[in-house]
Formats: sequence, structure tokens, C-alpha cells
Amino acid sequence: MFAYHLRLALLSLRRTPAVSLLMIVAIALGIGVSMTMVSVYTLMANDPIPEKSDVLYAVQLDSWSPDRPYDEPNEPPTQLTWRDALALAERSPAGLKRTAMAGTGFVAEVPGAGDVRPEIVSARAATADFFDLFQVPFLYGSGWDHGSDQDAARIIVLSRALNEKLFGGEDSVGRDVRIGSEFFRVVGVLDEWQPTPRFYDLNTGAFADTDDAFVPLSLLDRHQQDWGINGSVNCWQAPSAEGIFPSECTFTQFWVELPDEAAVQDYRAFLDAYVQEQKKLGRFQRPLNNRLSNVHEWLDVNEVVRDDNSVLLGLSFMFLMVCLLNTVGLLLAKFLGRSGDVGVRRALGASRARVFQQHLTEVGLLGVLGGVLGLALAWLGLMGVQRLYVDYERVAHLNTELVAIAIGLAVAAGLLAGLYPAWRICRIQPATYLKTQ
Amino acid sequence: MLKMKGVSKVYRTDMVQTSALRDFDLVVDEGEFVAVTGPSGSGKTTFLNIAGLLEAFDAGTYELDGGDVSRLGDDARSRIRNEKIGFIFQGFNLIADLNVFDNVDVPLRYRGFKAAERERRIRESLELVGLASRVRHLPSQLSGGQQQRVAIARALAGSPRFLLADEPTGNLDSVMARQVMELLEEINGRGTTIIMVTHDPELARRAHRNVHMLDGQVTDFTEFEAAVRVREVRAAAAGA
Repeated sequence: MFAYHLRLALLSLRRTPAVSLLMIVAIALGIGVSMTMVSVYTLMANDPIPEKSDVLYAVQLDSWSPDRPYDEPNEPPTQLTWRDALALAERSPAGLKRTAMAGTGFVAEVPGAGDVRPEIVSARAATADFFDLFQVPFLYGSGWDHGSDQDAARIIVLSRALNEKLFGGEDSVGRDVRIGSEFFRVVGVLDEWQPTPRFYDLNTGAFADTDDAFVPLSLLDRHQQDWGINGSVNCWQAPSAEGIFPSECTFTQFWVELPDEAAVQDYRAFLDAYVQEQKKLGRFQRPLNNRLSNVHEWLDVNEVVRDDNSVLLGLSFMFLMVCLLNTVGLLLAKFLGRSGDVGVRRALGASRARVFQQHLTEVGLLGVLGGVLGLALAWLGLMGVQRLYVDYERVAHLNTELVAIAIGLAVAAGLLAGLYPAWRICRIQPATYLKTQ
Repeated sequence: MLKMKGVSKVYRTDMVQTSALRDFDLVVDEGEFVAVTGPSGSGKTTFLNIAGLLEAFDAGTYELDGGDVSRLGDDARSRIRNEKIGFIFQGFNLIADLNVFDNVDVPLRYRGFKAAERERRIRESLELVGLASRVRHLPSQLSGGQQQRVAIARALAGSPRFLLADEPTGNLDSVMARQVMELLEEINGRGTTIIMVTHDPELARRAHRNVHMLDGQVTDFTEFEAAVRVREVRAAAAGA
């Protein structure tokens, strides 16, 4: 019977092309606008590391000015000073995976490969646990061990994209990359890895690309002058002539894996003890205000999904509702306009349920067509978002899941809009229309 | 076969209350051809709608084909309409978007017949009304008489026990009306019970029996020779 109802639905669309097109466009507009917002919102609100987002914690210590908070009302800095990050990396309880890191950059080239252009590399200096902590996948080789951290070994891990550029995608483990006048041995090549949002360092944009290369953090200490910091540096007092590394400026991030609530409490106590110790040295003059935020909390703290995005999402669904209400009106007019035909069908043996199914099938078809057109509009909308906001390039796109959601939403919306008109038409008294048709 | 006893139907609005049928009694035997006549507003169409299970009534009982159908639900009424009753309307009531084949197909779809069975029945009923060559025509491409014959084919395709016709020749010229009437007589001759509402006394006279209605009640009851002959033949057959 479904095939029969579908055929009748197609006939009906052909009979009233203008009204049908209006309904399809109404649904498509609602779906297009809401899916544009949903696709941006869902990717913004995406859990970038679902297996560990509850156990990975970003650390904040309030080393800011005694005169004012870092941010109102009493927020500590979102990054740590270099010395605090190193201290936490070194003194955190044994057995806890943790990583201190900072963004940096340099120009890398392959020695002896004249046909390969030097590449400007956005790099991350981090301690050894970085890869294990964030479940970074490797195509070739691996990360490095704690010994390499301590020795400031000249080693490097390349992203897949950089390995493509420098080595044509070959297994480059064991080969050298020249940075300045020094050679760095490739120990690993990452597979595709693009956590979205890029939760581990939100300072250069929540939706920025992952880094091109990774080196031990201890190397950054040695290359303060030539590599520098690639990211956000925040200072509440001017650094001394020795530069920002020994200063109270914040530019490093610190993450730790805490498997349960007891571990969280213990680590909080450890942080408090560390800050109390630093207070005795004249630092940390603000009241104790350490923070531990898991990945979800961290994304909230950094307002990755801003309130205006939520408002826009709500508005887009309200717009969808308006489109659906228009569709309800058009459907009512269309369905009731064919009361005579329905009266005949009822007289010939169609039950109310059959009439209801017939009309819902038509509405479902309108929903599918509206969904397909809506997807095209959503795609256009996302192109517009990409043009307007460069930062949103990564989140402003459709994927298979969103396409399925759009079609599902369109059909569901269409059916919802069609429930009342279909119910109305199946309740008509056939005798009323048979004589007058 | 069709038995109504004490049937009443009142239409109510906020302001007005109208009795369409009042204590209406009628029995129609199997194989009969009954013409229902009467002035406008006498309750003919209401009677036909109730007989066809298209409308509920307020009081009385209605037995159809040996079963009480007075208080059936929508599904059961739809099933009986589909399986036992065929309708012919003054305005033909063909579905404009569907061609002849698909119009005749409508009741068969709701009956749940397989495609081959539906096609056989459609072909046979269109053969009977002489329109087998017009299966792909739309109603708008047919004359009034042809449209009514398609409606008759549609009514017959499901092999109903009853044919309810509401002014079936009302929109036709005299030639076409005569053809349709002859077709109805032929169908009745094959054993289908027909109840026909008409204003035309000539047509009414061709039925076995004429029921005249006024103010929602039967006021006159004329049994024509044909009906007498039918009863006599049946009685003889039963005796033999």
C-alpha cells in the first residue's frame, strides 16, 4: 500500500505544482537555516576526545596580579608560567600522565633535498606524555620517552601533512630534518589527527589546525630566541631583560590525566601545596584559586561555544517552526481542497487510517524533497559562514551524519506539520462531499 | 437482505433541528431493483447514505446481509462498503487525476487484491460497460455517459451484493440515460440488488418496486410487474 500511496503523492504534487513547491521551499528554508546552525553548533560542541574527556584535566593556577583578577569576576589565567608548568611536570605525583606544552615555530628543511622547499612549521613543544595522554595516532614510529625530555634530545615528530611535504609521505623515521643549523632526527609520523575543537591549546583558535611538528619541551628552553612562542603570551607585569621564560607571563599549557574523583582531590591538594610553597617565595599573592577542568569544562571556560551561538541555534529552530506553521496552513488548504476525492475513496472502502496514511505519505515525500533542497541551502549557508568567519572554516561543513540528520529532521518536520491536516482530512464526512462534488 | 426498522436521523445545528428520516422502515430482498422517489428534501439521499454506511443514524436498527450494522466502527463500516456495496453517484465522482483503469482500481486496492486479480476484475468490469478500450483515458477525456459507465464499472469491480445509485442518470441526456438504465437492468439481471434514488418517474417505473418518500417516511409503495415476476420465478425455483 505504501507504493500506491507514494504514487498518489507524486500525482498530487503534479496536480498542484505551485502549492507543492511553496511547501517544499518553506520546509527547505527552515531546514537550510537550522541545519546551517546545527552543523556549526554540533561541531563546536563536539567532544574532541570522547574516550578521555572526563579524565583529562587542564590546570589553572592564579599567579596573576594581586591588584586585579585575570578575568572578572575572579578567573585565573588560562595558561601557566613557564616555570610553573615545568615544576608541575617534574613534581606531579609519580604514575600520573601529564604534559606541559607551548606553541612554537621554525623553518624546517630536509638536508640534501634541493627539490624540497623549506617549510614554515607551526610546532608544539611538549613533554613525552603528550602523545599517550591525547591518544595521538601514529602512522610511523612513535613519540619520545622521558629521558629524551631530560636530555633535550634533538628529535622531532612530524604530522602526516608535513611528512607529505618534506618526505613525500614515505616512512621518514630515522631521517633528519634541519632546523636552523641543527639536525633533528625524525622519531615518528602522525596519522590524521584533528581534534575539533583543538582542546589542548585554544589560544590560537579553537578550530585551528593541529600542529605540524612536535619536539621535546626542553628544546624550547634552549631555542627561546630563535623559535619563540607561537600563541598567546599574557603578562601582568613587564618581563625582565631575561625575557618571558623566567617571568610571570603565562604562555604554557598543562594537562594531567586523573582517572577518578579521589585522584582529582589528591591532585587539587598537590596544587594547593605547590602554590602555598610559592607564596612563601613571594609569588601567587592572590587568594588560593587553582582550577582543574576536564575537557568539557575547559571548553566552557574558554567559551568555545559562545552564548550567541546557542541563541542563534534557538532562533534557527524558531524559524523552522514558522516555516512549518506555514506548511501546516498550505497543507490544510491543499488537503481540504480535495475533500471530494477523499469522500469518494471513503465511500469505496478506504478507512480513516488508510486516508491518514495516504496523506502522511505525501507529507513525508514533501519532507524529503524539502530536506534535499534544504541541504543545498545549508551548504550555501555554510559557504557564507566560511567566507564571513575564517576561524569557522573547519566547523562550517556538512558531513554524512549531518546530511542524515537534515533529511531525518526534514521528514520529521514534514510529518509533524502534516499530522493535523491529515487528521482533519481523514475525519471528513464522505456523504457531505459526494453529492456536491 | 436489507432491513431498516424505525430508523431516524436528525441533523442539528445550533439554531435548527431537521428530521431527515422519521421512523423509517424498509425491507429490500436479494435481487430486487428498488427505485426510491420523492421530492427534494424528502430524505432520499439520507436514506441512501445510511444504507451505504456513509452516515450514522440516531435511532432504529439496520440489518444488512443478515448482520446488524447499526453500531459498527469505522473500520468495519469501511470494510463492508468495500466488499458488499457499490456506489453510483449523479455526478459520477471519478477522481480527476486517475485514468479509467486507476479509477476502477480504487476499491480493489483497499480490498487488498493482488495485482493480477485487480487487473482481471478491472478488465472484466470495463468490458461489461463497453469501455475496455478507454483504460488510459482521463475522466475529462470522456463524455458524461462514458464517465457514468466508468463509475458503474468501478462499483461492480469488487462484485458487490448491493448497488446504491443516487440519481445515476441525473446529469445525462435521454439517450445516455437510457443506456445507463439498460446497463443497470442487466446488472440486476445478474443478481445484484439495486436501490436507485431518482426523480424520473419513467426510470422508477422500470424498477421492480417504487418506494415513495415524503418528510423522511415511506408514503407509497408500488410493486411493479417485474418484481412480481421475480418473486414468482424464485418461489417456483424454491418449490422445485
